[in-house]
Amino acid sequence: MSSLYRNSFAAIALLALICGCDRDKQEPRGNPLGETIPIAASPDTIFPGGKTPPSLDPRAAAYEQNAYAIAQGQQLFTWMNCAGCHSHGGGGMGPALMDGKWRYGGRIDQIAASIANGRPNGMPSWRGKLTNQQIWQLAAYVRTLSGQVRKDAVGARGDTMSNSPPQTETVRKPVTQADSAQ
Amino acid sequence: MRRILAVIVAIVVVLVIVAILWGTRGRNAPTTVDYGAASAAKAVPAASASPPDDGNWTMPGKDYASTRFSGLNQITPANVGKLQVAFTFSTGTTEGFEAPPLVVNNTMYVVTPWPNNVFALDLTKPGAPAKWVYKPNTAAAAKGVACCGPVNRGAVYADGKLFLNLLDGHTVALDANSGAELWRTQVADIQKGETITMAPLVAAGKVLVGNSGGEMGVRGRLTALDEGSGKIAWIGYSTGPDKDVLIGPDYHPPYAKDAGKDLGVSTWPPGMWKIGGGSVWGWLSYDPKLKLVYYGTSNPGPWNSTQRPGDNKFTAGVFARDIDTGKVRWFYQSTPHDLYDHDDINEIVLADVPGPNGQRIPAMLRPSRNGFFYVQDRRSGRVLSAQPYGYINVYKGVDLKSGQLIPVPAMEPQEGRVLRNICPASPGAKDWNPSAFSPITGLVYIPHINLCQDMGIQNANYIAGTPFVGADVKMYAGPGGNRGVFTAWDPIAQRKVFEIKEDLPLWSPALATGGNLVFYGTMDGWFKAIDARTGKLLWQFKTASGIIGQPISYRGPDGRQYIAVPSGVGGWAGAIVTADLDPDDPTAALGFVNAVKDLKTRVAAGGVVYVFALPQ
Repeated sequence: MSSLYRNSFAAIALLALICGCDRDKQEPRGNPLGETIPIAASPDTIFPGGKTPPSLDPRAAAYEQNAYAIAQGQQLFTWMNCAGCHSHGGGGMGPALMDGKWRYGGRIDQIAASIANGRPNGMPSWRGKLTNQQIWQLAAYVRTLSGQVRKDAVGARGDTMSNSPPQTETVRKPVTQADSAQ
Repeated sequence: MRRILAVIVAIVVVLVIVAILWGTRGRNAPTTVDYGAASAAKAVPAASASPPDDGNWTMPGKDYASTRFSGLNQITPANVGKLQVAFTFSTGTTEGFEAPPLVVNNTMYVVTPWPNNVFALDLTKPGAPAKWVYKPNTAAAAKGVACCGPVNRGAVYADGKLFLNLLDGHTVALDANSGAELWRTQVADIQKGETITMAPLVAAGKVLVGNSGGEMGVRGRLTALDEGSGKIAWIGYSTGPDKDVLIGPDYHPPYAKDAGKDLGVSTWPPGMWKIGGGSVWGWLSYDPKLKLVYYGTSNPGPWNSTQRPGDNKFTAGVFARDIDTGKVRWFYQSTPHDLYDHDDINEIVLADVPGPNGQRIPAMLRPSRNGFFYVQDRRSGRVLSAQPYGYINVYKGVDLKSGQLIPVPAMEPQEGRVLRNICPASPGAKDWNPSAFSPITGLVYIPHINLCQDMGIQNANYIAGTPFVGADVKMYAGPGGNRGVFTAWDPIAQRKVFEIKEDLPLWSPALATGGNLVFYGTMDGWFKAIDARTGKLLWQFKTASGIIGQPISYRGPDGRQYIAVPSGVGGWAGAIVTADLDPDDPTAALGFVNAVKDLKTRVAAGGVVYVFALPQ
């Protein structure tokens, strides 16, 4: 490895540290995060003996707001036919994902749990069909549909010949607590 | 050739004159149901498939000829203005309510959308209280694979039993007196994306059931069950080798294009027929004389047509099958290699039309989703005429010599660009909601839509139990800006007699009555009665939700004529309301949401049956 390369690598790493920014962080082969199936993400909002909502899954930070994870999730969203039911966020056979209403919770770990476990009104369970990393990536992308992610992390163009406006135009919708929406 | 043309023109002119004369005569005549004899220039229902009215309504199409015509004539243009609510019934459901109530022996049977509960209401008692309630516990997961709302298109009453299909792929038979379940047979698998939304047809001891899932990569088929036991008698697939399609020596297609060996395999890329759609989610008709059952097949899958070069048989066409054996008598492909989701599952009205030398041709009348109104000889499948009844810019016409639909090459979707202004849009010039046919006027009353769309296609991946579409669609109003149209169509003269423009897409079926009235509903809840001859609006009533269900007419225990209609918006067109979809995404609900962005502010979900009568 040439010293020039080493130096520039160090410079980039330093820059990233200074910016405190992991928007562009790429982990093509996945970071060993141990057991990465989101299990702690209860969609519930009432807790016996006092309100202690579970803290955000520590693995969430690696995916949320990360451009690479979002781009991967965006691709999977089409490839795995998520768009067939949820369209580009407006819904169809499945509920809308861009309206800030969340039957099973709108946090990234709650969304990942919905993808992994499925839901009883027709959402299939993708556990074992996708890697855990892919499930997190999908969840990261789903968060962008309601504008929860900074504009410089989302893709300006869709992967498909979409009839939808670019995602950078998505208006942020406040995430309501888990509710049975209908 | 020119001489033949001149003769045809002369015949048409004579027919039109006779029709006009007949129409004028009828206008002054008292309203009766006697339409048998003097109807030389009109289509008349196939006699064996359309018996005289007994005041009941036992199947969604009213009779095997699918006329949706009630002979009852107490309610007329003169008194319909006084029509008022007799009673209402809430189903407790809020999904799209398409199923007509059935009335048999003073009992009304109401079938709900998922979870497909059935209520038997006693019409002899004030307020029509329930005699029994049947709850089948239909799987909730089925909702996730029902492409266009968890709807149900109705039950059928026959021989003391009630037959209906459950969304999760089962057909059940109930004792009509007690509501007890007699048998339950699985005929579709939700793991493969199959559901059942259609109403069965019960004839000749068979219960005929088709699967839904043309957007899920299913393999379409019609299954015949034994009426008594529920056991499977035969299965006729829409794709695959001849032995699966039940094509044998009896198969005589009307045109060379539909003849050949194993076309259900060879008109597809290798293996694609296994996931090629051709589902059977619409309407069946039956000719007891010919013993043939007629029905259309859905679009091929995926919507992205570049993934399936070939004619994709036997999708988007009409089958005639022997009801006893399921063997195919003939097949006609209305839309070979469908590019836009133009299913061919619409209703088929069996009627006899004037032929040469004063003879009558046993025919079928079909307003197809591709926008053409087909009149076909139902013995052979030969097309007698095919004229557009809506705005079309993707097909030039139908060549009667070859039976071939002529596409416009420039309107073929290509990967890598969005094709604009496709008319009609994916739901076609008309979707599932059936027309009514009045033997009095000889007209077909077509509730339909006027939508165009933009479409971008991309590769679709097949994953069992998930959508197999590969297209981004965005629909909008067609020329004129009205999204719905109600057309009265003369099938003999091949022209529209009148047309009513409706702002919202028309998603409700029509009902024609012996009183010379036609009823239909709008998605914002107006239930309307119009004059069957002129289309003049005579009466309307605002129901609680939107109307996408079949209105019916029956004779009550008191001898009076009643009109009933379900109110409950939904289905593909109303999914924006029932599923709370987001209008900010124009591609939502396969692109339909963009065409009905205003619907959420105009109507809310519901599920109520309204019953109307004249004041006593």
